[in-house]
Amino acid sequence: MLKRLTRRFSGTTIVMWLIGLAILAIVVMGTILTLSSGKYKASEWLDLTINGLALGGIYALIALGYTLVYGILRMINFAHGDIFMAGPFAAYFVAVAFDNANYFGGDAALEVIALTVIMIFAMVVSTVLAILLERIAYRPLRRAPRLIPLITAIGASFFLEYSFRGLFGSGVKSYPEVAFLQGKWIIFGIAILKIRVVVIAAAILMLLGLNTFVQRTKVGKAMQAVSEDKDTAALMGIDVDRIIVITFLVGGALAGAAGVLYVLMFRQVTFIMGFMPGLKAFTAAVLGGIGNVVGAAIGGFFLGIAESLFPNLVLDGLGIPAPYQLRDALAFVLLVLVLIFRPTGIVGERLAAKKA
Amino acid sequence: MNEKTRFNWISTIRIGLLGGGVALFLCMVGLIEASHQRPIIPGLLSMGQTLLLLTLVLFAYLAVRQTKASQENTPRAWLILSGTLVGLLTNAFLAALVLIGGWIDLRAVFVNASPALYDILTLGLSTGLGLIVLLLIGAAVGAAISAALSLAQSYQRAILMGLGLIPLVAILNSALFAGRGVSILGAILILVVTAAGSLLWDRYQDRVKVRIDALPPRQHRSLEFGVRWILPGAIVLLFPILGSYPSEVMNEVGRFLLMGLGLNIVVGFAGLLDLGYVAFFAIGAYTMGVLTSPEITWLPFHLTFWEALPFAMVLSVLSGVILGIPVLGMRGDYLAIVTLGFGEIIQRLAISDWLKPYIGGSNGITLIPKAAIGPITFNTPQSIYYLFLAGCVLAAFISQRVKFSRLGRAWMAVREDEDVAEAMGIDLVRTKLMAFATGAAFAGLSGAIFASKLASIYPHSFHLLISINVLCLIIVGGIGNIPGVIVGALFLVGLPEILREFAEYRLLMYGAALVMMMLLRPEGLLPEARRRLELHKAEPGVGE
Repeated sequence: MLKRLTRRFSGTTIVMWLIGLAILAIVVMGTILTLSSGKYKASEWLDLTINGLALGGIYALIALGYTLVYGILRMINFAHGDIFMAGPFAAYFVAVAFDNANYFGGDAALEVIALTVIMIFAMVVSTVLAILLERIAYRPLRRAPRLIPLITAIGASFFLEYSFRGLFGSGVKSYPEVAFLQGKWIIFGIAILKIRVVVIAAAILMLLGLNTFVQRTKVGKAMQAVSEDKDTAALMGIDVDRIIVITFLVGGALAGAAGVLYVLMFRQVTFIMGFMPGLKAFTAAVLGGIGNVVGAAIGGFFLGIAESLFPNLVLDGLGIPAPYQLRDALAFVLLVLVLIFRPTGIVGERLAAKKA
Repeated sequence: MNEKTRFNWISTIRIGLLGGGVALFLCMVGLIEASHQRPIIPGLLSMGQTLLLLTLVLFAYLAVRQTKASQENTPRAWLILSGTLVGLLTNAFLAALVLIGGWIDLRAVFVNASPALYDILTLGLSTGLGLIVLLLIGAAVGAAISAALSLAQSYQRAILMGLGLIPLVAILNSALFAGRGVSILGAILILVVTAAGSLLWDRYQDRVKVRIDALPPRQHRSLEFGVRWILPGAIVLLFPILGSYPSEVMNEVGRFLLMGLGLNIVVGFAGLLDLGYVAFFAIGAYTMGVLTSPEITWLPFHLTFWEALPFAMVLSVLSGVILGIPVLGMRGDYLAIVTLGFGEIIQRLAISDWLKPYIGGSNGITLIPKAAIGPITFNTPQSIYYLFLAGCVLAAFISQRVKFSRLGRAWMAVREDEDVAEAMGIDLVRTKLMAFATGAAFAGLSGAIFASKLASIYPHSFHLLISINVLCLIIVGGIGNIPGVIVGALFLVGLPEILREFAEYRLLMYGAALVMMMLLRPEGLLPEARRRLELHKAEPGVGE
């Protein structure tokens, strides 16, 4: 009896489950303690949740880039976070030009024009960089052992970051304020910051658009075929190289768009700003089940909300001072936990332990 | 006649455009201006100009080589044409930059497009004259390269070594001994002596080898022993007499080398890509700090360096095992990201207010005592050098001995194929955990010495970039190979440490180095024989 048990549950599995249970207990206890202390009002929780949704939308858009590339090339495009940075960073100069021409003076129509141009410019820059990256750094390594593309991607990430720093300076650059997005709208009786509404709506629209693209169009179906089996797809007459370029194109464009949304929320750019969102978006992609488009979206929103709520909800109750300092650490704890207990992600197939 | 005998304009121009792009990038990123401050030959050549010259030389070489390879018996004129054209094109980019920059102010976007840069490019002459000189230099260097490449091999090598040694000597002179490059006379002397030496060696090396082989075996053996062990050993042991600054530089090298040797076990031997390696370094340093600093009041006792050292290493090993358990089932890139997450978590915890009463939070821990043996205190860079040296020798010795032991072979089997290794009866859990533990021990040791060296530690010293730095040095040096790791540490830590003006560009260069290495020479500068074979045979498809 005992022997059969030990065969089914090895020592490490038991230890891991114990760790998992302990963490769960801590989370539950922290939540109960916080809620019973009544430190935060309901409206504050709502505010945090909506903030989380907006952040989550941005993470979801970046996560799609990771997921699409992973699905097709089975590689983590570590430099994707920097593609996300590059678009809005380059568009900063466009924004300054618009600002100098008095486009951000309060006339909503002019501001919308300016924002559209900025958005398109950022998307183009990110896309071009993503495609260049694929062409120069990743394509020659497509048949190399698995760690080699990853190390290349890490190198490319640092190269991009510090090139931007060298070319455009290391200071924080502030975007001009968009007047018509200031203040709040009342939606269903709830006052929500206009910027958050715009970010959430734009993110959801783009996610739906991408989903239709992948599910319905010919190119989207070809992408699915390539991610299923490259060689067979090639036999079916699909130009695999072209599909890979399109994948990077789509991922880059979404990252550029996400970058502009991010800048709308935080109003500044630095050369290093892609690093953390990139890692978190990767976490989101894993949360949802990497390689899965719908999963990336769900994972993104989940991570955004978790990150926004958890520090206050769980850590505050445990009496940890300044819980927001541990926000980033929480995202990684979540990543580790998901990979340990449910490597398939919320939706998706088992890939974490699958052999390359 | 047929198509093949025509000069290949397109590929030559493509190389020229690429060269121009690279030169332009170096200028705009600020590298040229920053390194212009350091003279190679005062009044004649600065480091920044040397970088641009190197770019010229590299691309002219590529163009000439490519023209040469395009067909047999290429006419000499073609070689000169391609070299000159590429040199001209490369510098034409810079000339265009100066022209455009003089016309509109580029600084609103590109912060480094300053008049000072244009001055460097036009050699301080007036714009018109300077541009002409710039283009002429490009063409002349290109032509010189193509001419040099048609010389005999031994002459090529002599010129290369002679010219290459000048900046090296100049940099060492100015960086380590506060000199100012080398004088013109000195440069000529170096060139002549090195070139002559190289030529002589080429001519007589066979004879010397025969002579050595003819020695009686006893003398032969002792000569070999002297060259392989006593000479380098003496250099390493006596290094601190060069002074405190060179020792300080070597201490940085030692700190990273020690970590590199540890990570080499995890990544190089066992094939587990660990991006959170800095965590163990931090744990070693913090253990040392907490146990020894009188600032820590929650502990009832304080230890000395030597008493705390075992604790620092044991704690690192323990954390290696604890962090290792959850990732046992993961492979490849997942492992990389999760360990990266661990590294970040450790740093966030170190900064947080939550743990501030125990480990100092963002204020860190100060007043960490120095190590001492009897009356000798390790408080100068020269003496701390020996601490790091001892650590590195120990780590290198252990790595070398373990490599071909049962455990080492198990690591390599796991690296090559986990499933097959398991089928062969290798205990994956034990093997992987041993790799994490050994690697962590070296990092912990490095951290402990680091804490005592600085006498204070701050969470910001344990940034993720340290992990990347260490990874970079073992990859560039030659992963899995101990001499490779040493070379990597000297190049990637020692060189930027000497060239202070590059500090800002360190990560830029690391990034570029990682990508270039992976594309051109994935086995590293000094590879392990087995890995070189592996990476250069055609890999079967990885797609699933």
